[in-house]
Amino acid sequence: MKKIRTIAELGTLRAALERERESAKVWISVSNETCARANGSDKVIAALDEELRKQGLADQVRVKGTGCSGFCDRNPMVVVFPKEIAYQRVSPDDAAEIVGKTLIKGQVVERLLHHDGKGHAVQHEADLPFYRYQKRLVLRNHGRLDPTDITDYLASGGYTALSQALTMSSEQVIEEISRSGLRGRGGGGFLTGRKWKSCREAHGETKYVICNADEGDPGAYMDRSVLEGNPHSVIEGMIIGAYAIGARMGYVYVRAEYPLAVTNLVIALQQARDCGLLGENILGTGFNFDIRVNRGGGAFVCGESTALMASLEGRVGEPEVKHIHTAESGLWEKPTNLNNVETWANVPVIINKGADWFASIGTEKSKGTKIFSLVGKINNTGLVEVPMGTPLREIIYDIGGGIPHGKKFKAIQTGGPSGGCVPEELLDLPVDFDRLTEVGSMMGSGGMIVMDEGTCMVDVAKYFTGFLQDESCGKCVPCREGTAQMRQILSDICEGRGRPEDIDLLEELGHVVQDTSLCALGGTAANPMLSTLRHFRDEYEAHIFDHRCPAGVCTALIRYTIDVEKCNGCGVCAKQCPQNGVSGEKKQPHSIDQHLCIRCGICREVCRFEAILVN
Amino acid sequence: MRTIWYEETLIAMIRIEIDGQAVDVERDTTILQAARQLAIDIPALCHHAAVKPYSACRICTVEVIRRGRSQLTASCSYPIREEIQVLTNSERVIHARRVLMELLLAQCPESKDIRDLAHRLGVENTRFRTRGEGSNCILCGLCVRVCRDVIGVSAISFVNRGWKREVKTPFDAPSEVCIACRACAHVCPTGAIQAEDISGNRMLSFWQTSRELQACASCGRPFAPGAEVQHLTRGRDDLRESLGICPQCRRTETGGRLERWTTSAQSRAIKDHGTP
Amino acid sequence: MESEELQGIIDHYAGEKGALISVLQDLQGVCNYLPEPALRQVSDALHVPLSQVYSVASFYNAFSLKPRGRHHICVCLGTACHVRGAPRVLQEMERQLGIRAGDTTEDMNFTLESVNCVGACALGPVVVADGGYSGQMTARKVSPLLKTLGTSHEENQNDS
Repeated sequence: MKKIRTIAELGTLRAALERERESAKVWISVSNETCARANGSDKVIAALDEELRKQGLADQVRVKGTGCSGFCDRNPMVVVFPKEIAYQRVSPDDAAEIVGKTLIKGQVVERLLHHDGKGHAVQHEADLPFYRYQKRLVLRNHGRLDPTDITDYLASGGYTALSQALTMSSEQVIEEISRSGLRGRGGGGFLTGRKWKSCREAHGETKYVICNADEGDPGAYMDRSVLEGNPHSVIEGMIIGAYAIGARMGYVYVRAEYPLAVTNLVIALQQARDCGLLGENILGTGFNFDIRVNRGGGAFVCGESTALMASLEGRVGEPEVKHIHTAESGLWEKPTNLNNVETWANVPVIINKGADWFASIGTEKSKGTKIFSLVGKINNTGLVEVPMGTPLREIIYDIGGGIPHGKKFKAIQTGGPSGGCVPEELLDLPVDFDRLTEVGSMMGSGGMIVMDEGTCMVDVAKYFTGFLQDESCGKCVPCREGTAQMRQILSDICEGRGRPEDIDLLEELGHVVQDTSLCALGGTAANPMLSTLRHFRDEYEAHIFDHRCPAGVCTALIRYTIDVEKCNGCGVCAKQCPQNGVSGEKKQPHSIDQHLCIRCGICREVCRFEAILVN
Repeated sequence: MRTIWYEETLIAMIRIEIDGQAVDVERDTTILQAARQLAIDIPALCHHAAVKPYSACRICTVEVIRRGRSQLTASCSYPIREEIQVLTNSERVIHARRVLMELLLAQCPESKDIRDLAHRLGVENTRFRTRGEGSNCILCGLCVRVCRDVIGVSAISFVNRGWKREVKTPFDAPSEVCIACRACAHVCPTGAIQAEDISGNRMLSFWQTSRELQACASCGRPFAPGAEVQHLTRGRDDLRESLGICPQCRRTETGGRLERWTTSAQSRAIKDHGTP
Repeated sequence: MESEELQGIIDHYAGEKGALISVLQDLQGVCNYLPEPALRQVSDALHVPLSQVYSVASFYNAFSLKPRGRHHICVCLGTACHVRGAPRVLQEMERQLGIRAGDTTEDMNFTLESVNCVGACALGPVVVADGGYSGQMTARKVSPLLKTLGTSHEENQNDS
């Protein structure tokens, strides 16, 4: 692609691209992100292409591999434009029917549509309950754009915010971001405008901007999705930020566990460079800026700003005492501004639509929208973007479709390992930065893990504490030794060795770890344990005093048995048992030898008659 | 903030209060330094004047009240920039230090230094399960930092992370670059690192490393690792001679030189003035 | 790996400050682990003390100081996978392969690892085997998956 020399040239090009897109009304999008690819989206694209070729439509209808529009467990999603007919869980074998019926005859393939709980089929993407309650700003173009084609982004209004920002003074840009009330989406919730301002005002010629894409919270994957599905929105945000702050170099520190995100980002950067949107004299304004990609080494602690910068400098990701802000002395001891992927992706939205418009969305102190990854024991798993202040209940039931298999909701875990569990009685809580903190959890990067009655809260606390024990850098005593001891005590409880005094000891230790740790990882490491103790103390007590795991999870405290009423002696479990621990006469109720049982749960998994009991 | 005249230079001093005592300190003095000016004892394990503060052991935790808000912080790295109130012995501080000592006791139950410090802080036993494996290393990193930042050798480093963290030589093999200067042993707060001179060699068993001792150019007795002498005299021809002899011989020689000098000065004085 | 090839990787980052981690990542990409002679060469070429190279190599999950098996199996232990039963999947993997997570089978056929979320939560529990994602894993699906991997390995050997 040719270099774009001026802002005006960019405008002309965009207009041309928009016209071109207008004329090609009929096209097909196939979500083609990591999770869609795992379900064969690549093959679906190939099959659709092949079918179009067969029907002689290859020149007229384009099949586009796009980012994921968020309804992840229905992937691969196929949407036929312009009518936006949405098909779910499409396989390559469906290609002929989609082309033959929908494209040629204008009919809908009923069986591939979404069916709501009442058995009604939903034709249009926008009408799916999953999307209806959302407000999609950052995700607005996911499922529309080919992330590897910059012209797609340009044609949908991409880089207009940059054009606009470059005609403003840097102070005006910062003022706009400040007035919008945007707060960091990575966890801290710090005001983005204020952060930019202090970096702008810091002494020094050389300054850096960094995009934190080391999305470490397990169960949160919106940053992966944004980088895979719309990398230019992040790049555009970073260029605007660099212009406002006065940085000439930017870095994206991205998880190496996200290979597709790295690939798409690198492609997007090269295209932006080729177009003259990165590099020397951007759009003829004399502003120079470029972005480099660094792959993370796989260390959760590198989400902490000083550790991330140490890692960028090629060192061990060990946090440092932060009495001087990184805005003054960060990467290579130069003023540095760090924001996460979602924060950067919000920047073009704000510049395009204006600070007032943005600030009109959300709550008093939390503006705009937030993407949550709604996962775990939930019917509609996926990425959900809603205005700040949306009640948890709405997210779980209206958008998420509730809990599968008719089970009972128990808790929702938010904020990743630094966060906490919110119980049923707090479900009407409007979700924003401050309200979640009030109830002992936090926003974090937006992971929402739904737990049902089959989830053991002590096990969850043990899981997160173990995670933090492994991810602690090991520098300071409370975090290194404290998480190890908390985890030890929690393991003891889960394995039936809990002592009555353990609960108090956990609380006491937890508070000291919170109070004395060097960085935020340690400072929040006790949250999962403390919040589950706060809301689910009875489960701890059941483990310790009754040697019972109410959820039936902790293997040392459970037994698998066979319900003689329900067992018809089909023998499937006996065949699958890796221990040969199930025996019985054919067509007679079977039984499990407790000495042989290793509680792997395979028998329960394969039994079609729900005859395996856990107690 | 107030200013005082100090050696005819105007220096901005900040008045802070530690345990009720007021003290004026220069900006960016740490709380630990300020407390030591007042002879207030704050225990610390990972701190040493030779290297930058690291704030890993957290035993030097104090309570800082700043703008009406109280928080616990490590005193060794907290730079004083405004008027604050510090409590080094509040209930919260004492409790936090005790729990930290319990954690260290569980990590290094055999270390006498840790048991002594725990005792001083009122801790006799730990409620936590022992997890150390006999080593007295508390991972304060003083050895790593001294070797890298003061000696300039970087023979050792932290390896692994989190609860698996250890201090080791690369590949856990005898060091190829260690000069056996034993600065690591000198700064180790728990005596986990020991250096022994045995039959012409200096052994640092913690690093599985030994270095041959060089013979004194004067008396012939082995006195210092050749590697250390080489390291110290690299690019310093002027030092080569004086560092090639053992401290005792150096003293004897210096003494002799001094004596020769005094004697000759005396005889000059007698010659000039007629009196000694 | 030949030292010229490694020098090529190092030269690629010439003049970049803090290139150590990037160099090690590329090295790991080629060798599947970080061999000692290569780490020594990196230390010399980048003028970073060997102790620091070793420290970095042992700190990050992305690096392995031990040779890894022909097949690489990674069980995701992210929260979403955890609550949907990933620990049982890992346990079954460990049992069938006879190794613990982080280890390699004696015949160098399989390396088993766990990862703290691959960001494909909708598929949970997820196992990433030789770069391919398997979703909705259960203990029962472990054996077929291992068989497929074993077979593809044999096929590859026959091909070559």
